[in-house]
Amino acid sequence: MSDLVPASPTGTGTLALPEGPSLTKPSSPLGVFSRPTTKTGWRAWVTTIDHKRIGIMYGAAALVFFIIGGCEALLIRAQLWAPKQHLLSEEMYNQVFTMHGTTMVFLVVMPIGAAFANYLMPLQIGARDVAFPRINAFSVWAFIFGGIFLNSSWLLGGGADGGWFNYAPNSGVLYSPTHGIDFWNLGLIITGVASLTGAVNLIVTVLNMRAPGMGLMKMPVFTWMTLVTQFLLLFAIPVLTAAQFLLMFDRLFGANFFNIKEGANPLLWENLFWVFGHPEVYLMILPAFGLVSDMLPVFSRKPIFGYPFIVFSGVAIGFMGWGVWAHHMFVSGIGPVSVTVFSLTTMFIAVPTGVKILNWTATMWGGKLRFDTPLLFCCGLITMFTIGGLSGVTHSVAPADTQQTDTYYIVAHFHYVLFGGAFFGFMGGFYFYWPKVFGYRLNETLGKWNFWVMLLGFNLTFGPMHILGLQGMARRYASYLPEDGFTFWNKLATIGAFTLATSVAIFLFNIFYSKVKAKDLPPPGPDPWDARTIEWMIPSPTPEYNFDPIPTVTTLDDFWYRKYGETEDGRVVRIAATEDVAQPVHDAHVHLPSPSYWPIVTAFGLPIVAYGLIFSLWLCIPGGLIVIAGLYGWATEHPDDPEDATHHVPGPDHLEGDDSDAEHTGDAGEAEKEVVPVG
Amino acid sequence: MASATHAAVTAPDPDVVHGGHGYATNTGISNTKLGMWLFLGSECLLFGGLISTYLLYRHPAPGTGPAPSELYDIPFTSITSFVLLMSSLTMVLAVSALEGGDHFKFRLWTVATALLGSVFISGQVYEFTAFVHEGMGFTTNRSSSAFFTLTGFHGVHVTIGIVMLVSLLLFSLRGHLPRERAEVVEVVGLYWHFVDIVWILIFTVVYLIPG
Repeated sequence: MSDLVPASPTGTGTLALPEGPSLTKPSSPLGVFSRPTTKTGWRAWVTTIDHKRIGIMYGAAALVFFIIGGCEALLIRAQLWAPKQHLLSEEMYNQVFTMHGTTMVFLVVMPIGAAFANYLMPLQIGARDVAFPRINAFSVWAFIFGGIFLNSSWLLGGGADGGWFNYAPNSGVLYSPTHGIDFWNLGLIITGVASLTGAVNLIVTVLNMRAPGMGLMKMPVFTWMTLVTQFLLLFAIPVLTAAQFLLMFDRLFGANFFNIKEGANPLLWENLFWVFGHPEVYLMILPAFGLVSDMLPVFSRKPIFGYPFIVFSGVAIGFMGWGVWAHHMFVSGIGPVSVTVFSLTTMFIAVPTGVKILNWTATMWGGKLRFDTPLLFCCGLITMFTIGGLSGVTHSVAPADTQQTDTYYIVAHFHYVLFGGAFFGFMGGFYFYWPKVFGYRLNETLGKWNFWVMLLGFNLTFGPMHILGLQGMARRYASYLPEDGFTFWNKLATIGAFTLATSVAIFLFNIFYSKVKAKDLPPPGPDPWDARTIEWMIPSPTPEYNFDPIPTVTTLDDFWYRKYGETEDGRVVRIAATEDVAQPVHDAHVHLPSPSYWPIVTAFGLPIVAYGLIFSLWLCIPGGLIVIAGLYGWATEHPDDPEDATHHVPGPDHLEGDDSDAEHTGDAGEAEKEVVPVG
Repeated sequence: MASATHAAVTAPDPDVVHGGHGYATNTGISNTKLGMWLFLGSECLLFGGLISTYLLYRHPAPGTGPAPSELYDIPFTSITSFVLLMSSLTMVLAVSALEGGDHFKFRLWTVATALLGSVFISGQVYEFTAFVHEGMGFTTNRSSSAFFTLTGFHGVHVTIGIVMLVSLLLFSLRGHLPRERAEVVEVVGLYWHFVDIVWILIFTVVYLIPG
């Protein structure tokens, strides 16, 4: 069964029952299965519960899906290069644009946000790991398996074909008889489970596991935006899940939620979807806003302008994001009162966004700007997002929106906010945090090429779509006619799309090129950018234990104020060398929670159940058994690695009468509190 | 928890109640419990979506078969609802028994809670079967779909709760659930009470309030 655990030296063998025989394994209250111990090789990645490795896996998987979704985009643009082209059939075109949207939203932008949140947030608050490391591993595997499941539809009868929002009843069996939409439903339910468990995990981490002294208003902005984002996920995802269950029951089991013949209400899906869908767009953009808010002060050498305003405008966006969903439905006949109300709320939500733009600009104003690649991408975000935000305000004017709905103008708008906004922020974040994560810097020259080519390609692709939309070119049409007059701008957009692809290729090349070149360069050190927040005071790449010791935080931008002080006339002067305030690399004896097989086992069962629902209910039995076995293995495995029992920190209730524990092991046991499979 | 342990640690911000020690948290609520509260917050939206759908579809389209409200056996469902609510009481007793270190009573009340939950589920199975015999199946009309989905989702939640209770019982019998881990039971209890509260809402909205 399991190894015997040496009795704890601190004598906390309190686990024996008050009645009955005392246990022979005092420090393993639920331990049945031993845990893996590998730290290298593929097995280490599969069983890891380290938030940093999980963050990297989120990012890497998202980049793979980004390439898939990007190829789908290029197919769309190639199809529209000239009028009356038939590179793709109409059916195929429907699938390609649906899967492009779904992939980019659910498998690229959301997980890149999750990648940054997982990797950075615990570092920014000075934590050893997230609150529930095994649930964290489950989240990433559920996301990866869900994404693979969704994309496996290409090989099993074709992808979903109803647009990324798959309006019912158009997404019913009658109009979409292939299994594509079933894959879409079930795949996104699985990634939804991943998002939900991730949200619980990250919120608990932010609220509960901050370093001493780090009050809420001393948290870096990215951590704040992670908190808001995860709350949005927590409340938005279940609405989508409910809607998808209804659609699934309709499609697979003959329910009547969207069956018009049975008097179904065609607005039900639209309302449920957009109650999820609009918070969704904010939870895609807020992580990038957070990254920019942390990068701008570094490259301007000034504190963020109006920190409380930046924070509370983000919180305000989070709240107001729940009251604007029906602006997606102005032409669906929801009535003048609803249209007026949602027009107004949509105009109002531009205000906190405007506050952020003002604060970023004011942060740069008068700063000592250093135009490294991350700052270029920040500037790209501010300008491109402003354009997208302004076209968004034009949607809030309902009469104008009536003209714009379902045209390329909308496509232009949301690419300006999601690509020009979120993705530019993420690119800046990649360049900024690369040395912290991988221990080498990305090449600056290539980085600048990357930025300018991307900016050019982006505007060439999506700028003309404003014009096409206002000229009346509809979204989702597989073709157009020569006499429509759309040809010129479409050609421009297609050239732009391939330029964008080039810039992505430059980025991918830069990753490998810089890695090779880094051998001859000095290591970047803990703080290559002269940065402000505490994740920069630890070695690069981040050691497994993060901080040792855990810092005590006294102020916002704590690390900066360890390096710099102010003279009486307000001039910034250096008071300590970076090497003196940064933490050295050393072989710390920090006890960390051990890896585990069970998260990946549990997650692996989910797509099998989903295949079973689509193809044969019998398959649900092995799938379900795998999930249940995973959960029980999870609940009954050793709470920790027996090898490390000498470092074992007693559980919460053992703290009583036990203050002899060494400080280094302080946070060690923190993670091991998920015992019962609660979700 | 041991205040002496924390007193030694400097915590300049009043917001922070802990020092470097592992188990004290910034909020004072344990991670597991806070996690469960957040999860339950999320569940509210799931049931919110399903309850809204039911309210939209409570009347079937004309000529498409019976409405759920024509078939309700209110006295019967009232009794099973009462049984479910009583299970919250036994759940509280189970938590408090383990907190007091009384393992026998803890097991007793856990069994009682699981049994009461099972009575409720049996009642639901009986009710569903009766409805199907009376001509209202899952696919009969929009109201029946909405009714079975909403109450079925709730039933699945109760069932998962029963499975968790039985697991706790097994852990306890094997000596893996000492008094120090009473919080695990409390967290399962939170889930159990939530499921009960949702049923109060569903019973009121679906069964009692006339359309």
